Amino acid sequence: MSWLQKLKNGLGKTSAKVTGQLSSLLGRSKIDAASLEEVEDALIAADLGTQSAMRLAASMRKYKFDGPVTSESLAAALSDGITEILEPVAVPIVLRDDARPHVILLVGVNGSGKTTTAGKLAQQWRSEGKSVMLAAGDTFRAAAIEQLQIWGERTGTEVIAGSQGGDAAALAYTAMEKAAATGTDVLIIDTAGRLQNRAELMDELAKIVRVIRKLDDSAPHDSIIVLDGTVGQNAISQVKAFREVADVTGLIVTKLDGSAKGGIVIALAEEFGIPVHAVGVGEGADDLQAFTARDFANALTGASD
Amino acid sequence: MFDSLKDKLQDVFSGLAKRGALSEADVDAALREVRLALLDADVALPVVKSFIAKVRDGAVGSDVLKSVRPDQQVIKLVNDALTEVLGGDAAPLNIATNPPSVILMAGLQGSGKTTTAGKLALRLRSRERKKVMLASLDVTRPAAREQLRLLGEQAEVGVLPEVERETPGQIAKRALQAAKLQAYDVLILDTAGRISIDEALMAELRDIKKLTEPHEILLVADALTGQDAVNTAEAFHNAIGVTGIVLTRLDGDARGGAALSMRHITGCPIKLVGVGEKQDALEDFDPARMAGRILDMGDVVALVEKAAETIEADEAERIAKRMAKGQFDMNDFLAQIRQLQKMGGLGGLMGMLPGIGKMQKQIAAAGIDDSMIKRQEAIILSMTKRERVSVGLLNASRRKRIAAGSGTSVQEVNKVVKQYQDMSRMMKKLGGKSGAAAMKAMMGGGMPGMGGTSGGMPDMEALSKGMGKMPNMPGMPGGLMGGLPKGLPGLGGKPSGKKK
Repeated sequence: MSWLQKLKNGLGKTSAKVTGQLSSLLGRSKIDAASLEEVEDALIAADLGTQSAMRLAASMRKYKFDGPVTSESLAAALSDGITEILEPVAVPIVLRDDARPHVILLVGVNGSGKTTTAGKLAQQWRSEGKSVMLAAGDTFRAAAIEQLQIWGERTGTEVIAGSQGGDAAALAYTAMEKAAATGTDVLIIDTAGRLQNRAELMDELAKIVRVIRKLDDSAPHDSIIVLDGTVGQNAISQVKAFREVADVTGLIVTKLDGSAKGGIVIALAEEFGIPVHAVGVGEGADDLQAFTARDFANALTGASD
Repeated sequence: MFDSLKDKLQDVFSGLAKRGALSEADVDAALREVRLALLDADVALPVVKSFIAKVRDGAVGSDVLKSVRPDQQVIKLVNDALTEVLGGDAAPLNIATNPPSVILMAGLQGSGKTTTAGKLALRLRSRERKKVMLASLDVTRPAAREQLRLLGEQAEVGVLPEVERETPGQIAKRALQAAKLQAYDVLILDTAGRISIDEALMAELRDIKKLTEPHEILLVADALTGQDAVNTAEAFHNAIGVTGIVLTRLDGDARGGAALSMRHITGCPIKLVGVGEKQDALEDFDPARMAGRILDMGDVVALVEKAAETIEADEAERIAKRMAKGQFDMNDFLAQIRQLQKMGGLGGLMGMLPGIGKMQKQIAAAGIDDSMIKRQEAIILSMTKRERVSVGLLNASRRKRIAAGSGTSVQEVNKVVKQYQDMSRMMKKLGGKSGAAAMKAMMGGGMPGMGGTSGGMPDMEALSKGMGKMPNMPGMPGGLMGGLPKGLPGLGGKPSGKKK
């Protein structure tokens, strides 16, 4: 099954709802004020948040429909609106030639899928023939190190690990040294999940970043926040906080193979203009896919390609 | 002086609309605000809609408290309804009398099942002295079983040893057997995270349920979840019949609307909440706190609560007026007793009143103390309406009947009657004077801040300080201050009525 199909299977539930909820609009020549709320509601139910939903719905009023509104033309119109917002932020991770290793730091709240994403990213670059190293920086969660080690075995990647309860910053430093010494192309540093309002845990993360910069002041070259696709409006607070502490440069959205809509990506794009690198659509090593605005928008709205 | 203060308070309130009952327009205006608040808190749209519709029906036509805006009153109603919905059907964990009790943990990937299983094991072992075994049926996520084993060791509970290449069903069977043989009280089964639309994995959960017949099926859900909470809750509930919800990551700053969504969809109580990564960070669910968090309109709710206090103060003022006219009867006496109860008893109140020494003696002589308040209430409630208005009716046989009715003795009934008579005599004495003079009499000579200004008015600042300490002044003897609730706006700063 292609990733797009998986995404659609998941998001399909949403699109069914979008058209279902909007049936009363169908047949009209344009979206009037009264039906605006229905469009808003449909978008809110996809986790866009009230602000983004209202803005997007309002923009639909100006949309010129060719003839009466059909579920297809409505979905296409919404898809256009969403694509327009997401196009500028659909940016893949580009490895820098001048950085060896190119350091990727994965941050985020607990359970968002950082360790799994680390494994998938390793797989992606391994298959491109790059040399990759993983650093098991989640020294807090029980068996997080083992989990990453298993990913290391699966993908044939060396894993730098300390012991549970050890100093994550020190481990990151060691991994940086090793990766530099061996001329490794990409170093992926996993970190412990932390809620963004926990100051002491965020300080620890800041320390990891400081230590990495001691060895390479341009690193981490990508500081990526991993977001759970089921997350709601709290994602805005997450991105804000992690950006401050870890200079987040992009995001990866996971678990979009479920019924979650991931509409929060649209709110985040509007609020921060932060690049969306990839989406996770399954548990397999290959289930991480580049993010493309149109595909995502079509899958979310049920518009045909 | 007293009048000018009262006027000032009325000025504060006159800016606010006063209406008898909530109109549809009031309710709708406020509910628009509430709708956005709930959506921003990630309560799922269908749940918001049905919740608001329910509140709307109850709110239209209900009384508006004096001194709050109608929309504020609606928000308070919403807050109360939210607390009720969230806390309804509250039930502790169902631990079977016939061990082992099986607890099945289910949920999406990354919702915190394994961590919660470990926390729950520790809680049951340390708080309820249960012998607990943990077993992981998660054969999907790398090192998931290792994680549970480590958590089990930390919690000092049993962990089912890992056997290679078993299916979740086989592990479940083996776990149940082991728990029975080794006389465990509780068996906690951790399962693999699964997306809600994966039919194969849901079928697997159903099989595990059939095999183990769990006493509790806990849906572990992330408080950060957005609109998808309804789909998740629905899917799991339809597949395996959830019995309770555990909300994790409540130590984050998410408003946690998922709690309401899931509660609404499953009808299951939220039993526990995760509030940190430490193993003991698992708490009982507090619906009132959760409601406040979701609605995030604490200021408004507090304002309305304060206004409700004002109503009690109004009642006290009414009594005070009746007293002044010598109309103090047993009903008023009962109202006073009840106010006292609410305020934490007489002793506390007396302590808060500056310069009440003289009266304190009189009241002590009358024999009022906190332990008696409940019995006094019972006695008055055993009187007929007529008796309460004209105490003179109370002859020996009536008193006997009242004693029997209230489960007290005739002596105690006599005492209440005596207290009432003493009090009402005192009222009349005070009531004969003008308001200001009565206040002076009340304040005695010991009013702090009065300094040498003998015969002058009490210092307003000192007075307001004294008031700040008083929850509110019910119709205390000479209860002319009865109309002043605590922390009333306009009392704190520099009242215009200040004189020296």
